[in-house]
Amino acid sequence: MMADMTALLTDYTLQSVIIGAVLLGLVSGVLGCFAVLRHQGLLGDTMSHAALPGVCLGFLIAGTRDIGIIMAGALFTGTLAALVILLLTRMSRLKTDAALGIVLSIFFAFGVVLLTYIQGQNNAAQGGLDAFLFGQAAAILRSDLWLMGGITAVALGLVAMLWKAFKLVSFDPEFAASLGFPVLVLDGVLTVMIALAVVVGLQMVGVVLMAAMVIAPAVAARQWTSRLETMVVLSAVIGMFGGVSGAVLSALKPGLATGPLIILSVSAVVVVSLALAPRRGMLWEAVSLWRGRRRLRYQHVLTTLYRLAVHHADPDYSSEQGMLDTYHGLGTRSALRKLQAKGQVEWRAVATGEPGPSHRWVLTPAGIREAERILDALGQEER
Amino acid sequence: MLADLFNNPALMIMLVGALVGTASSLVGTLLVLRGTSMLSDAIGHSIVFGIVVVWLLTQQQSGPVQILGAALTGVLTVFLTELLVSTRRVKKDAAIGLVFPVLFSLGVLLLNLYARDVHIDTHTVLLGEIGFVWLDTVSLGDYRVPQSLITMGAMTLLNLAFITLFYKELKLATFDEALAKALGLAPGVLFYALLLLTSGTAVAAFDAVGAVLFVAFVIVPPSTAYLLTDRLWLIFVLGALVSIISSVTGYYLAVAWNVSIGGMMAVMTGVLLTLAFLLGPRYGLFAQWLRRRRQRRLNEVRTLAVHLYNHEDEPRQAMENVTHALREHLLWDTARARRVVARSCRNRLILCHGDVLELTESGRELAREILEPTR
Repeated sequence: MMADMTALLTDYTLQSVIIGAVLLGLVSGVLGCFAVLRHQGLLGDTMSHAALPGVCLGFLIAGTRDIGIIMAGALFTGTLAALVILLLTRMSRLKTDAALGIVLSIFFAFGVVLLTYIQGQNNAAQGGLDAFLFGQAAAILRSDLWLMGGITAVALGLVAMLWKAFKLVSFDPEFAASLGFPVLVLDGVLTVMIALAVVVGLQMVGVVLMAAMVIAPAVAARQWTSRLETMVVLSAVIGMFGGVSGAVLSALKPGLATGPLIILSVSAVVVVSLALAPRRGMLWEAVSLWRGRRRLRYQHVLTTLYRLAVHHADPDYSSEQGMLDTYHGLGTRSALRKLQAKGQVEWRAVATGEPGPSHRWVLTPAGIREAERILDALGQEER
Repeated sequence: MLADLFNNPALMIMLVGALVGTASSLVGTLLVLRGTSMLSDAIGHSIVFGIVVVWLLTQQQSGPVQILGAALTGVLTVFLTELLVSTRRVKKDAAIGLVFPVLFSLGVLLLNLYARDVHIDTHTVLLGEIGFVWLDTVSLGDYRVPQSLITMGAMTLLNLAFITLFYKELKLATFDEALAKALGLAPGVLFYALLLLTSGTAVAAFDAVGAVLFVAFVIVPPSTAYLLTDRLWLIFVLGALVSIISSVTGYYLAVAWNVSIGGMMAVMTGVLLTLAFLLGPRYGLFAQWLRRRRQRRLNEVRTLAVHLYNHEDEPRQAMENVTHALREHLLWDTARARRVVARSCRNRLILCHGDVLELTESGRELAREILEPTR
């Protein structure tokens, strides 16, 4: 078993796959945070689909599977797509969602046309182009990694250099403009950076699913923190985790596309984060809601007993279980048991001479104090 | 004779393409006008999961039950997206981008795992195989009719029936959802019915154009029509027209260049959109430019008229009301001043006595109107 693991880790292909996945997680995790905060998740979807014609154009220009030129092509058409969206929304009456859909589908369709054109040429080198649709991590070469690493370094360097400006533009662009930041330029840089992330993910995830790789790590990270610094780091970690686990799984079993596996791993982290993250998690919220409801119920029963005692001017006034159930509309036994355990009520045998059960509920002095405290806190008085 | 038509592959392919486009743009019009176009992207991707699961369960793809089953995945996507948004932890755009990739990924992985048992490969998922629709036929009476033609024809009729029957309600729900709700028209139910039809159309069109090109047929023809007209019924008609034109031209171009037919049809919708964007009669870039130019020219003529009127009967009239004086007073260069003077002369607003400009009665009237609008 250990030998297997060692063999795996020293495996040349697998090493490449893991390095590629780490780079992808890093760049898409960090840049995704800004895209998600600026509500540009679907722009990422459009830009990644729009990378397909660029991939094909790059191939046509290079005449072979030269990853550098293919990446340049993808970066070009991805950025062009963003520009066309801007043109359509500014210069026509189309809304953003329509512009996104138009550019996504038309660029992709053009990519499909180019892809089939290349396949019609019977060029022996074109076999690898399908890998750019859904990703094929095992096809990554060492030389490709250098390029991916270079782009990642440039993107992260830009983020580090322009950190303050990016942060401000993401949260409050109007304020940033009033401080004299070049908001339009920063907007443009952030948009081009999404294209950079797409380019790094071309071979790992493919153009179709890259959008999720930009969105998912950032959404997952957002659940755990409210600080951008922490969010970016967490998002990168989650992206790397999803990238590596998905890529390794696909490399172990041939025939499985890498992109879907990476997306499913990252999405699993999103589900866990949405459910379990402290404070923002839904499980956390459900528990605190339930607790609050239960506490309200004890207090309700306790104050009822107190009010009855006040109305009858008898601190030892005793109430029947059945009457309390009727009054509250539901079984109060468990709430009363809990109050009994706290020493605020007593289950006392009473001899009233009237017909009825032999045991009734009576407030203890501690219970009276607690009830007065609750009513005080609510600003109510019972005289 | 009819059998000849059904045996004509080219005609069948164009017909299926036109039906895909028409059925999609019928539902697409409402999605685009509601500002929810990107839902078609989500639906188009996520039905892949439904199609693969239905195929693995029933080994059949075309039948109303199969289409409905797969279409439910599309509705599920939108439902999950809205659920995610309602938790207030994820914004709408991110929620869309989270849900459909998961379902799409599951679909693609199932295709990878059960590759031998499934009728489609991952390539078809994205590109479709509209070129082969005429191979898969069923008997209808004495004729062998392409399966896709029947499915798409039925889907087109269904969408058309839905829109005709609920035209008034859909119109109101699209443009004023609050009023529709107040009148008790249940816009939410209508919206989900629309989504179900969109998903059904996506499933029916899947074999022909795949998951992504479908998005082009849903969004682009209605958007093109929207750039050309303000009338809702005309948007439906023009959308269908755009679909038919791009289907026919796309087919011939694809055959000529030996490329994907579905892809070329989608590209043609994009070409038509570009034309509408540039040349549309009212909202096109060219029309906007013409309008601005006309306005600018009108403003120049009016300015000149006011200038001449102000200096009329002044002692310095002979120095002010000459073409070259406009350079200092209105900051017009010589060419522009000449142009405006020539235009005003043509419109009989001024008379040119050599270099001296004199207002005609109608020019004077124009200047008075501007200076004393309430007179």
